[in-house]
Amino acid sequence: MRIRRRRATDAGAVPDRPAAAAGLHVRLGGKEILRGVDLDVRSGEVLGLVGPNGAGKSTLLAALSGDLEAASGGALLWDRPIGDWSALDVARRRAVLPQAHRVSFPFTVREVVEMGRAPWAGTTRADRDEERIADALARTETEDFAPRPFTSLSGGEQARVMLARVIAQDAGLVLLDEPTAALDLRHQELVGRLCRDLAAEGRAVVIVVHDLDLAAAYADRTALLSQGRIASCGKPAEVFTAERLGGVYRQPVKVEPDPDTGAPRVTPLRRIC
Amino acid sequence: MTATAKTEPEARPASAVEAPPKRRRAAATLLGVVLTGLLALGVLVSASNGAFAIPIGDLLASVGHRLGLPGSPIDGTGESVLWNIRFPRVVLGVIVGASLACAGALMQGMFGNPLAEPGIIGVSSGAAVGAVCAIAFGFTFAGNWTISLCAFAAGLVTVTVVYVLSRSGGRTEVVTLVLTGVAVNGLAGALIGIFIFYADNDEITAITFWQMGSLSQATWPKILAVAPLALIGLALAPTYGRRLDLLALGERPARHLGVDVERLRLHLIVIVALLTGAAVAVSGVIGFIGLVVPHLVRMAAGPGHRLLLPLSTVGGAAVVVWADLAARTIAAPAEIPLGILTALIGSPFFFWLLRRTRRRQGGWA
Repeated sequence: MRIRRRRATDAGAVPDRPAAAAGLHVRLGGKEILRGVDLDVRSGEVLGLVGPNGAGKSTLLAALSGDLEAASGGALLWDRPIGDWSALDVARRRAVLPQAHRVSFPFTVREVVEMGRAPWAGTTRADRDEERIADALARTETEDFAPRPFTSLSGGEQARVMLARVIAQDAGLVLLDEPTAALDLRHQELVGRLCRDLAAEGRAVVIVVHDLDLAAAYADRTALLSQGRIASCGKPAEVFTAERLGGVYRQPVKVEPDPDTGAPRVTPLRRIC
Repeated sequence: MTATAKTEPEARPASAVEAPPKRRRAAATLLGVVLTGLLALGVLVSASNGAFAIPIGDLLASVGHRLGLPGSPIDGTGESVLWNIRFPRVVLGVIVGASLACAGALMQGMFGNPLAEPGIIGVSSGAAVGAVCAIAFGFTFAGNWTISLCAFAAGLVTVTVVYVLSRSGGRTEVVTLVLTGVAVNGLAGALIGIFIFYADNDEITAITFWQMGSLSQATWPKILAVAPLALIGLALAPTYGRRLDLLALGERPARHLGVDVERLRLHLIVIVALLTGAAVAVSGVIGFIGLVVPHLVRMAAGPGHRLLLPLSTVGGAAVVVWADLAARTIAAPAEIPLGILTALIGSPFFFWLLRRTRRRQGGWA
């Protein structure tokens, strides 16, 4: 047991580069999942992680969130190796939305969102708990469920409540693993806009997303992962070329600009027999 | 970041979403008052009833006398019955009930599983092995404390083993937990059997009666031997309330919210062992208190551990005091072992809970 007990500090303002991966290698069960990833996460920006299944998107997110140890290289948080921070210090700087949502006991939706405030207990920021919780419920359109037990909600509703919990945490770095996976059309767009709003507040947002159109529409930058490496990183319009996507996904696609927004729109080439 | 927020969306009035926790808090307050009242009444009724009836008025007068308040000791043997037999028994009941229910609530939070309970998953039997070992071999290395310490040590080993064996990927499946309990209970039963095999006749009687679970062995020295373990555990438990709430989200999300999960796990294992050791050392295995009480409290006051832990503690004490009164008066002058009575009532409850958990989770997951 550790005797030394460091006082957790307030996170302060978000630096320009709240998180980064440097020469990051991660091994899981003997297999090398990430093979040398360099990536800067910048404040005020939405970064989309895209790529085929098994490319290492979720692993990269888990390494950035401090869940996984690097085999070599490492993940930085506020310019320090993430493992050097205490759990509480990390929690005051980054929030994570995991892929699976589970709550063991019938806590109400409000109570679940309130859990997001835990890192601030006993600090001056706790004075704003009520305000932050109400705000998070409103922004995810979950206020109507507030008194209901979390376990009684549908999958998509649960996903939004968990997102509300992440927003309530009020962290400078927000890591979202497939936040739109279980959501309907309206709420996918809601989450997209929400990510933009969070970035506009000065936070850094990283989302793992499968829907390339969604990434193209809402991300400032996208990193395309392929077999544990970053195949390309930059503005969606630069990264999403028919040739590159076709190669990485092993599926021919066509890319054309959306007539309304100008963002690239990716359509698989289908042969209907 | 509040500091850097440029476009703060207008905050909704908090009152719109505040109502339900308030209602829950009111329910919890009411429940706390009711349970405390039941406990106080149980202590009085239990101390006054039995083979030698002591009117509650005389009882209060005697307590007052000893506290230096107006009052007078009871004439004849009553005074001795009250202070040397009844009160130790009631106090032991309070300690055992509070410890078991609190340990149950802690374990359920720690395993993220409403079926975790010291009896069912084998921690009580594990602690019992330590206690029986001390009785059978006549250990006295720590004087009066020997049995308690052996029960605590064996309980600690058992909780650790169960925890390590039944968890995978940060959670505990119902099947794994219950089957681990079967295995641990089986092994503990065999070990106790071995000790009985080597024990002499007097020790066998002591062990057998103790094994069925009963408060009849209560004496002040024995209470002094277990009270410190129980009090330390009961005092520490509520400080883990908030972290246990976060643990309901799973281990990783709890860590994301700043909980040092490894350290929390270690602390909880020690506290559960303290409480179970204290409950088992004098009174033997009394099952299902840790299952039924936290469950009923959760239904009334919600699952938040900051209320669940103290309410379960008071509720467990009340339930055991009343159950013990029933155990020694229903078939008077004979006495039903308390452990058998709680198992009679607790087992059907366990069946119901098991079926309901299965239905909710859509299978035996």
